[in-house]
Amino acid sequence: MADSLNQPKVTPEIVKQHGLSEEEYDKIKEILGREPNFTELGIFSVMWSEHCSYKNSIALIKTLPRDGEAILAKAGEENAGAVDIGNGQAVVFKIESHNHPSAVEPYQGAATGVGGILRDIFTMGARPIAALNSLRFGQLDNPRVRYLVDGVVRGIGDYGNSFGVPTVAGEVYFDESYTGNPLVNAMAVGIVKTDKIVSAVAKETGSPIMIVGSKTGRDGIHGATFASVEISQESEERRSSVQIGDPFTEKLLLEATLEIIDQDLIVGIQDMGAAGITCSSSEMSAKGECGIEIDIEKVPVREDGMTPYEILLSESQERMLVCVKKGCEEKVSEIFKKWDLEAVIIGQVTDDKLMTIKLDGQIVSQIPSNDLVLGGGAPVYTREIKKPDYIDSAEKLNYDDYKLNIDWNSALLKLLSSPNICHKGWVFDQYDSTVRTNTAVGPGSDAAVMRIRKTRKALAMTTDCNARYCYLNPRMGAISAVCESARNIVCSGGKPLAVTNCLNFGNPYKPDIYYGFSEVIAGMAEACLALDTPVTGGNVSFYNEDPQRAVFPTPVIGMVGLVEDISHITTQTFKDDGDAILLVGENKNELGASEYLHTLFNQTKGKVPALDLDCEKKLQSALLAAIQKGLVKSAHDCSEGGLAVAIAECCISERENMVGASIKISDEIRSDCLLFGETQSRLILSCDSKNENELIAYFTKQGISCKNIGTTGGNKLTINGLVSVDLEKMAEAFYNALPELMEKVA
Amino acid sequence: MKVGVVTFPGSNCDYDSYALVRHVMRENVEFLWHKSTDLQSCDLIILPGGFSYGDYLRSGAIARFSPIMESVIKFANSGGLLLGICNGFQMLTECGLLPGALIRNDSIRFRSHNVYLKVEETSSAFTNAYASETVIKLPIAHGDGNYYIIGEELRQLEDDGRVLFRYCDREGNLTKESNPNGSVNNIAGIVNMERNVLGMMPHPERAGEKILGSVDGLKVFESVKAALSTLTTAGKA
Repeated sequence: MADSLNQPKVTPEIVKQHGLSEEEYDKIKEILGREPNFTELGIFSVMWSEHCSYKNSIALIKTLPRDGEAILAKAGEENAGAVDIGNGQAVVFKIESHNHPSAVEPYQGAATGVGGILRDIFTMGARPIAALNSLRFGQLDNPRVRYLVDGVVRGIGDYGNSFGVPTVAGEVYFDESYTGNPLVNAMAVGIVKTDKIVSAVAKETGSPIMIVGSKTGRDGIHGATFASVEISQESEERRSSVQIGDPFTEKLLLEATLEIIDQDLIVGIQDMGAAGITCSSSEMSAKGECGIEIDIEKVPVREDGMTPYEILLSESQERMLVCVKKGCEEKVSEIFKKWDLEAVIIGQVTDDKLMTIKLDGQIVSQIPSNDLVLGGGAPVYTREIKKPDYIDSAEKLNYDDYKLNIDWNSALLKLLSSPNICHKGWVFDQYDSTVRTNTAVGPGSDAAVMRIRKTRKALAMTTDCNARYCYLNPRMGAISAVCESARNIVCSGGKPLAVTNCLNFGNPYKPDIYYGFSEVIAGMAEACLALDTPVTGGNVSFYNEDPQRAVFPTPVIGMVGLVEDISHITTQTFKDDGDAILLVGENKNELGASEYLHTLFNQTKGKVPALDLDCEKKLQSALLAAIQKGLVKSAHDCSEGGLAVAIAECCISERENMVGASIKISDEIRSDCLLFGETQSRLILSCDSKNENELIAYFTKQGISCKNIGTTGGNKLTINGLVSVDLEKMAEAFYNALPELMEKVA
Repeated sequence: MKVGVVTFPGSNCDYDSYALVRHVMRENVEFLWHKSTDLQSCDLIILPGGFSYGDYLRSGAIARFSPIMESVIKFANSGGLLLGICNGFQMLTECGLLPGALIRNDSIRFRSHNVYLKVEETSSAFTNAYASETVIKLPIAHGDGNYYIIGEELRQLEDDGRVLFRYCDREGNLTKESNPNGSVNNIAGIVNMERNVLGMMPHPERAGEKILGSVDGLKVFESVKAALSTLTTAGKA
């Protein structure tokens, strides 16, 4: 072992600074049969960080349903999940968080979040066809929150726009719990020929290992460990842990990578995200059950004097590690040169199952690859669980406290202009949503739809989660999130295929946080199993807390569905005057956990609406069949804001073609519950009146309630005798709210 | 018709033009590599949208120094048809083939949505397939689309009828609200004095199929096809 490096001596204090427990340090000594040196300690520290090892989540994650007939790359196997969509093609998709970097440096944090997830897609050989996101912030009256929103949105936009991927869907929510710790989850979707899917593996002794793309700098060192603690005052000082993005280089990297894959020059490839060279080389060799040797001085660096420790832990962006087929090195170099990028041989595959790092021929670190990685030697914990005290008390809602002599028109307008419901054009108009000319349905409908060239097919995609539900009832909240995603896919004309998830929680060492986590996993497992949408991967982000509080448990569901024929593509808006409006599902006396209580009474309480999975499944398959039969002109899922908001959105969300509606519903339930209650498993459909009976039969045959509740037309929305508002007035509330909140000068 | 689409490092709309010409119009189309100088005898050259060289200095400022641009400028100066879309428009003002400059949107934000445009001049190789004064719908997607020009240059541009497209509302009114980026006189697309070079910020190549929401952009390419066939016929006669 080289001792000429003047490495700091490993002391208990240094071990602690690296975030390793005593128990973990003992395990390291056992693996090595000696004390680790400083470089090795750094390597273990990042690889065993929560971010890379999933040590506090993997045991539960493994209980999620992961199998399905069409699944080509299962959760945990590759950089992203892959699902067969016929015609020799697969869809590759994944969601990932970049919360902590975005909390301290919103622009770069969000930008590199997008960059990272795009690399996960094209490292599998797939060309990214769409980007999505899920964002959560504190309340907009706080100037710091507005700064975060502005920076995150610019960061996502600038990266995706320059790279040239359309950003087509997403969600933006606001709640106090995200004030200091916003959530920035980025998802990407790609398409690949099934015979061109590439694995993140290194194998065959002597195969050269190349580093390609950007040079390695000092940015992002210990980003992974930084993401594994709560946000605090000190986080500000760790701004240098945030990486810097370069979408231009990423675009070149994409083209060069797809070219070397297309020409069949490589054994495997992995992008460098968290923990850079360390993570990619240990994971690729562990997966190939081989060893890997890196000559660290050969890594192209941005500045002189970088130590092996720094080079190994750097999270500089836009880099990939490639295991090249023997004899193909020259060709790989030429392709990268064509794209003005570097490709340098820095090592080779060995047969000793060790990750060996050398500096000028001397070994500076030697660790068995498999002991570093998730699924190998990385620690696995299950934590203590305790149901939080608030849950039982928050569930109680005394309906007598809520008067019914309310001006329902102004309540509706207030909801339409509330940050969580209002139109998000201010955000998504900053994202290029039409580049590459595949966008059939862009941002603002239930799900985005991308056509697949040279076929009649399309892909529907969405991200969803109602975190308020998850806070009040984590299990039911997770079930609702999965079902709402699937309902959005079906409303757009697609069959739900599979799920990727981004699980955002507080500190897992707190038993009440871990309760939420375990309940969410249980709910997700139940719903994904029922709807036959296996989980193909995703990401867990713990430690989402600021000094005041933890974020709501927020399991964001990213779902992709297959539209069999582009003629099935359906959107949420009413199309013509004189169409029949149908309500699928039943209205109930439920007001709990609603946006109505939150917006009008500033309350987060009540029972989360219950959801019957059997009924949900029937409803979705009946709707898909009816859409495929061509009976449905518009379909919209009923979610935040309840029935009144859902119908209003059907009227106004195509601003240039607004269509009014007169609604008459005979249910005898409380007016607030009728208008704004968030009872699950409901849909608003419109159809040509001649198709009404046939359409209703599709649902009643399955035992699902479906009835006519009105007709489209006019320049107003009226509901019973309760609501009567001009479309233009609703549109003003809906469209102007966010620009006004964002652009106001503090 | 044979179309050449130039790929610069960072171009990301090159494929959109390529696909439209090839799959929708079923005409010949080639990608032209920025390091080459060979225009492969194309009849129409397209400088596509994107972020050439990352646009880290100034949009389109570096691309003009690419080897291929020498050939492209020669081609244009000898009367060849040249279309710059978005980043391509920015390159055309940077290299002096078109007057004025494209500066940051007045909202200081990137803007991506559909806009309405009034087709003001239909006597050009790029707009002859449109009816005069037609209002069309095309997507925009840019951060630096604010067309700036003043004084004598502006007066000439207007007097010569070289503004082909202006931002307008659905009814064709040139309003402040319908101008997405603050461009002088709502200008969205202009031609050079010889009328063989068009630069425009909106994306006609993204509006060529019904499934994408508009087919209004297709006529730009159909106009070129018609103009080229008139030229060929004239040449033969």
